[in-house]
Amino acid sequence: MKVLVAVKRVIDYNVKIRVKADNTGVETANVKMSMNPFDEIAVEEAIRMKEKGAATEIIAFSAGPAQCQETIRTALAMGADRGILVQTDADLQPLAVAKLLKAVVDKEQPGLVIVGKQAIDDDSNATGQMLAALLGWSIGTFANKLNVADGSVEVKREVDGGLENIKIKMPAVITTDLRLNEPRYASLPNIMKAKKKPIETLAPDALGVDVAPRLKTLKVEEPPKRKSGIKVKTVAELVEKLRNEAGVI
Amino acid sequence: MAVLVVAAHDGKTVRANVANAVAAAGQMDAEVHVLVAGSNAGEAAKSAAAIQGVAKVLQAEDAAYANWLAEDIAPLVVKLAPNYSHIVMAADSVGKNVAPRAAALLDVAQVSEAIQVVSPDTFVRPIYAGNAMATVQSTDKIKIVTVRPTNFKAAAGGGSATIEQIEGTGSAGLSSFAGAELSKSERPELTSAKIVVSGGRGLQSGENFKMLETLADKLGAGLGASRAAVDAGYVPNDYQVGQTGKVVAPDLYIAIGISGAIQHLAGMKDSKTIVAINKDEEAPIFQVADYGLVGDLFQLVPELTAAIEKK
Repeated sequence: MKVLVAVKRVIDYNVKIRVKADNTGVETANVKMSMNPFDEIAVEEAIRMKEKGAATEIIAFSAGPAQCQETIRTALAMGADRGILVQTDADLQPLAVAKLLKAVVDKEQPGLVIVGKQAIDDDSNATGQMLAALLGWSIGTFANKLNVADGSVEVKREVDGGLENIKIKMPAVITTDLRLNEPRYASLPNIMKAKKKPIETLAPDALGVDVAPRLKTLKVEEPPKRKSGIKVKTVAELVEKLRNEAGVI
Repeated sequence: MAVLVVAAHDGKTVRANVANAVAAAGQMDAEVHVLVAGSNAGEAAKSAAAIQGVAKVLQAEDAAYANWLAEDIAPLVVKLAPNYSHIVMAADSVGKNVAPRAAALLDVAQVSEAIQVVSPDTFVRPIYAGNAMATVQSTDKIKIVTVRPTNFKAAAGGGSATIEQIEGTGSAGLSSFAGAELSKSERPELTSAKIVVSGGRGLQSGENFKMLETLADKLGAGLGASRAAVDAGYVPNDYQVGQTGKVVAPDLYIAIGISGAIQHLAGMKDSKTIVAINKDEEAPIFQVADYGLVGDLFQLVPELTAAIEKK
């Protein structure tokens, strides 16, 4: 079984982002970029499936500017076998990415697609669900644990009240939650080896996908700042402030 | 055209956040309908009809809807969509699962986790863990919007909408429910609690969380945690407050032994009053705290619990 994983290039989670002065977006020039952390979990899960013999080949997919090659290389260094980059400088929104993924899935016919549950830049939490819809496939969102057996996947999901178990037919789309696994670091020999692994580059037009954004971003602003508070010295002072100043207890 | 709010429920009542979603929907159009899909969802439909501002409840009975599988619910939403200008769901684990599937089937974008309705086609939503606010305008004919419940004041009760029975769409036969492992707690639910007590890695063990339980019970508070505490196995996943966990905005949030990574702040910085207790006076949590107390939590928390007792 082939497994396709989608990896997004995002501003590194440790970077404190800056809103552009003209309010058109967030500053990305000269900012450290990394693979979306939830996608690292997706790559790791696919590698573990291959190590257990449940998967035969792992394809790492990305969409975006040429630099997304680096993100795919990271997935290849972790253990994916080959890469596919849909290269475009367009502003890609979840529905467009889901359509690009569908076009690649139609061609590659994987048994599973594993994606992060959300990207830490736009926080949409939608691409995996949209891909499953376009394919008419089943979906296992917010996966905490997976078990692939006999043409279906048992998915333990992280939900509002705790955990939920579902069984979904394959082929299927899975979106990863934080506790699914702990992604490995790529070793130096594997980073070297990854340089020789193939990456195919495609254009959205060649896949017949219109990636025009459906949501127009009118402006991006700083969130309102909380005014800074005070340090109290003792528990008694804290309780007094909470009772008499804030009036919350 | 009217707005359709798709309501999650437990068979008896719709989730509390449906009243918040109805309030948000009311800002998109004056006429709000609520869809209650389920198996034996009569009581839940009645609870939806009692929310002020709801003009009509659509109750869809189908065995396939018993466990809210996205593959089965989304086709029903899609079938109803042509009658509506907007489809709205609360941005909880049900809304995040179902709404994008319906959106893609309708070939429209989703506005995820809106915190403000600027106009019927324009919304504000947080991006980058709430470190930036994007104002987005939807160009689609049908707008699918998930809303962050804590940003919309819940619509009051006492309404009396009509309930209309509608046909279900059956099962897609793609997925089945195999049981839940829900955390049992007598404490208020995290996202609607007036006070939340949260613990982080500083607690050092699951055993030590008992100390926070005692404090939470004294305050009638919900109990939350940072990602670090959940990852370390101190508490279950549904305790997690943050960018990818739950977003809370209580009157009082007490962060104990939590350093305050931006991902955690994203889930609690809209709280009215924030208290931080941490031994590291440089911890970023103090930058958002109204009242900071630097010191050993193992000494301060029992002291705080005792001080609250002596009213």
